Amino acid sequence: MASTVPSNPQGSPSPKAGGTPWARKRNLNSQTETGIRWFSFVCALISVITTFGIVWVLLSQSIPFFRTVSPMEFFGSTTWKPTPEPGQFGVIPLVVGTLMITIGAGVISLPLGLLSAIFLSEYASKKTRKILKPLLELLAGIPTVVYGYFGLFFVTPMLKKVFPMIQSANAASGAIVVGIMILPLVSSLCEDSLRAVPRALREGAYALGATKAEVTTKIVVPAALSGVMAAFILALSRALGETMAVTLAAGSNPRLTFNPADGIQTMTAYIVNTSKGDAAFGSVRYNSIFAVGVTLFAFTMIMNMIAQHLVKKFRQVYA
Amino acid sequence: MSTLLVRRRRADTLFKWMCFGAAGLGVVLLVLFLGKIVVDGLPRLSLNFIKGDLSRRPSLTGIFPAVVGSAYIMVLTALIAVPVGVASAIYLEEFTTRKTPFTRFIQLNIANLSGIPSIVYGLLGLAVFVRWLALGQSVIAGALTMSLLILPMVIIVSQEALKSVPRSYREGSLALGSTRWQAIRYQVLPSAMPGILTGIILAVSRAIGETAPLIVVGAASFRPGLPKGLTDAYTVMPIQIFDWAMDSKKEFNEVAASAILVLMMILLMLNSIAIYLRNRAQKKA
Repeated sequence: MASTVPSNPQGSPSPKAGGTPWARKRNLNSQTETGIRWFSFVCALISVITTFGIVWVLLSQSIPFFRTVSPMEFFGSTTWKPTPEPGQFGVIPLVVGTLMITIGAGVISLPLGLLSAIFLSEYASKKTRKILKPLLELLAGIPTVVYGYFGLFFVTPMLKKVFPMIQSANAASGAIVVGIMILPLVSSLCEDSLRAVPRALREGAYALGATKAEVTTKIVVPAALSGVMAAFILALSRALGETMAVTLAAGSNPRLTFNPADGIQTMTAYIVNTSKGDAAFGSVRYNSIFAVGVTLFAFTMIMNMIAQHLVKKFRQVYA
Repeated sequence: MSTLLVRRRRADTLFKWMCFGAAGLGVVLLVLFLGKIVVDGLPRLSLNFIKGDLSRRPSLTGIFPAVVGSAYIMVLTALIAVPVGVASAIYLEEFTTRKTPFTRFIQLNIANLSGIPSIVYGLLGLAVFVRWLALGQSVIAGALTMSLLILPMVIIVSQEALKSVPRSYREGSLALGSTRWQAIRYQVLPSAMPGILTGIILAVSRAIGETAPLIVVGAASFRPGLPKGLTDAYTVMPIQIFDWAMDSKKEFNEVAASAILVLMMILLMLNSIAIYLRNRAQKKA
């Protein structure tokens, strides 16, 4: 008990309470105890403050922007042309660029990630797993700027051989490298949820004469579906917020296009390029990065909430 | 055998190979990846490149200021994020024995924080550390921003490590008359230490590879000479790589590959330490 009053052990009467060395030590201990408890409590609060800080900063800093550019124009117009002043700020090209990368990366990484998770959880021997898993973890540990280099100097030249008209920075290579980047994430999260499916379900299906592929696709994956979906959404939200790889590989050309061979600009790439540039503090262009940040934040928060909801549902089924 | 059975067997084999192919693809990509970077970067890689100062000329430039900048950021970030993160984990795992709505809220909040894109942390750092606290585009502003970024990760891995310490350790200590903090300090923390250290190294290596938030809080893209104090301007390796890769001169693009090699070697070193610690902890357990 963290009591600051130096009480006696076992309630035996002591005329000099707090006077004996023991009591003094206990007193000191309980002070340390209270101090440490408060310190750790304050530390835990920092994470809460960070969240409120992010929301507060994004909202308060984008208010000046929305005074000059109406939200109607921001969310409705299809031209993003921050220079020369006064620029045109319609966020739709940036959102479309971001979604192209996200969807492209998803098309590549979700099926491949699920299949490789199935291999790791259902087919691979213990030994194979022991080799494959660290290699995939290594792929996950490569910094994103390196993926950008890979996109710019490896994927794009390869694509150019097949499609000569492709631009040197293009959405396709951005989507491919982001897809590769989130592949290990999809794989490891899916594997966790596949492994959580009870063995009895598989054995029941085998007893009815199903092949391994049938057991996997018709029993195991459906049983793990909410976990798999949560993995997909988390990975997509990672792709959505990805910055350096897309800035390098997909370019910085904010125009509305649906052609993956064109250069585009994502929301994150715009924030990076503007920060690197010479936008003066307080200018519309400077404030616009916060407005774009709010939009990005809203997208990822919604996706994370969906994922959390699915995980919760998943846990209610097996655990 | 009936034709249906033959078809089902064939589908079974095909599916197996598809799964194997998907898993193998990751490894193939990793090899391609490293191969491409080694081929591009090896010619320029030398001790002089690692020790040399930055230069506008691709044939002369080194990367030393960026290595030092990254080291500064790494050490400062660890010094800030580790005590705060471990203390938060201790609060959540050790001091709150019952799950109250408040601790559940903190837990949910930490999960949410780890899902926020890193560049948003950059915006937070820009408004709070660079502007509001007027730290400017300094090493300390960058380190504070990075600390907030890796904090959720440090908390989560520390919590996992604390959870893996058997309950009996705490109970034994408490039964001998220790206070709660004494039980944590002398029993729980020492046995959770390898796990916590592993997590911290992984979190810090993430901080080294991160670029976006530091660009937003204003790490310079060209800064020859070394940062001398906490309030100095600085540059880090990933930003140099980014700039060199974007440069229109082809020679600079190759320098970028050499810088990637240096960065990857440092990351590999850190990861080996983490794996070594993890294995040693597993052997003990």
